[in-house]
Amino acid sequence: MPSSTRTVFSLIIINKAGGLIYQREYQAGLRSLSTNDYLVLAGTFHGVHAITRSITPKLPVAQTSPALTSPGGSAPVGFSYPNPGVPASGLEHLETEKFRLTCFQTLTGTKFLLFTDPMTGNVDTIMNKIYELYADYVMKNPFYQLEMPVRCEAFDRHLGAWLRGRT
Amino acid sequence: MAAPPRHSAMLSVSNAVGTPQSGSSDKSQTAQPPSTPQPTQGLRVPSNRKTIYDRHLNRSRNAELSRASFAYLFAEMVTYAQRRVTGIQDLEKRLNEQGYPLGLRLLDLLFYRTTTTSSSALSSSSTSSSPPNRPLRILTLLHLIHGPLWRLLFGRSADALEHSVSPDTPNEYMITDNDPLVNTYISVPREMNQLNCAAFVAGIIEGVCDGCGFEAKVSAHNQPTEMWPSRTVFLLGFGESVMEREKVLERAGIK
Repeated sequence: MPSSTRTVFSLIIINKAGGLIYQREYQAGLRSLSTNDYLVLAGTFHGVHAITRSITPKLPVAQTSPALTSPGGSAPVGFSYPNPGVPASGLEHLETEKFRLTCFQTLTGTKFLLFTDPMTGNVDTIMNKIYELYADYVMKNPFYQLEMPVRCEAFDRHLGAWLRGRT
Repeated sequence: MAAPPRHSAMLSVSNAVGTPQSGSSDKSQTAQPPSTPQPTQGLRVPSNRKTIYDRHLNRSRNAELSRASFAYLFAEMVTYAQRRVTGIQDLEKRLNEQGYPLGLRLLDLLFYRTTTTSSSALSSSSTSSSPPNRPLRILTLLHLIHGPLWRLLFGRSADALEHSVSPDTPNEYMITDNDPLVNTYISVPREMNQLNCAAFVAGIIEGVCDGCGFEAKVSAHNQPTEMWPSRTVFLLGFGESVMEREKVLERAGIK
């Protein structure tokens, strides 16, 4: 049980147009979807992510009676995000009883979706390492075409070895 | 009495340190920095005015380069070579041709560095303890490639050096690299699995052999093992004239 509490179930990478470019499972015995369903899942998530980004609640900048004057919030002037200076990022975590979904969007718009056990700690570290491996073994590969499905054997190998090594 | 030596000592110190002196001279001649004609000349001069040409050729200690920028550069070279090719063999030939002139030019630097550094550095790595010279025999050349050349390029020796076991091909030698630097980030697609981008390194080796007067054909081949998935064997095939000369030299007892 302690070993399974730190597991990574699967990883999905979505390109900036919402297409699925990478999908792997790292746990035996998961019920897998058909390829088509994964494509639909990726596209749906891409849309949901865009919606969550645009519905990020905004707080009025003026401190006087914030609750009463909020209905006139259609004009963005005088409102700011909860964390000023940081642009709205959209959905970052989604947690259920069985798994936890972490979404990381790079500055170029690629999204990494990581399904982990809810008890798994340091998901940010895992995500950073995955991003690093992606930058190394996918983006430095002359045979990889941008925005196309990732078929890089060295990426599979290093990612698998690293994820297996840390559990 | 004591003044001249002190003066000379100061001179040598200021020569060795360089930067404080040049900084103070800049301040004294304030007219020079505002002129700054450097950007128009197209050559960027560092602030301490020491370009790569001012550096000693033998200074290789802190001359490390970024592995990532090399990876991007090499990826771009492969993409460029791939642009107008007809097949895998053609692509490897192009990579080989890109490496060949590099090998020819690298040879002089290699000889220069191995002769000016204490000769013990070479004799400890190669079998011959004679003063480092242009290799005359095949084995000396192979040791030069396996050791000093590999260290100059990749910072370590190659992993194996073998002679062909087949009696039909006595002119073939193999140099093995378990994890070639150029292939670190490259995953070749399955439909091109014959391709090995270390053909570029094979071109460098070919240039070195030709520069030494050993006509040779060098090719890179994949030989993955469980532990080393990108293990590469460089196959060196020497020409007929080289083999004949080799026999003559062996009879003459020249090493």
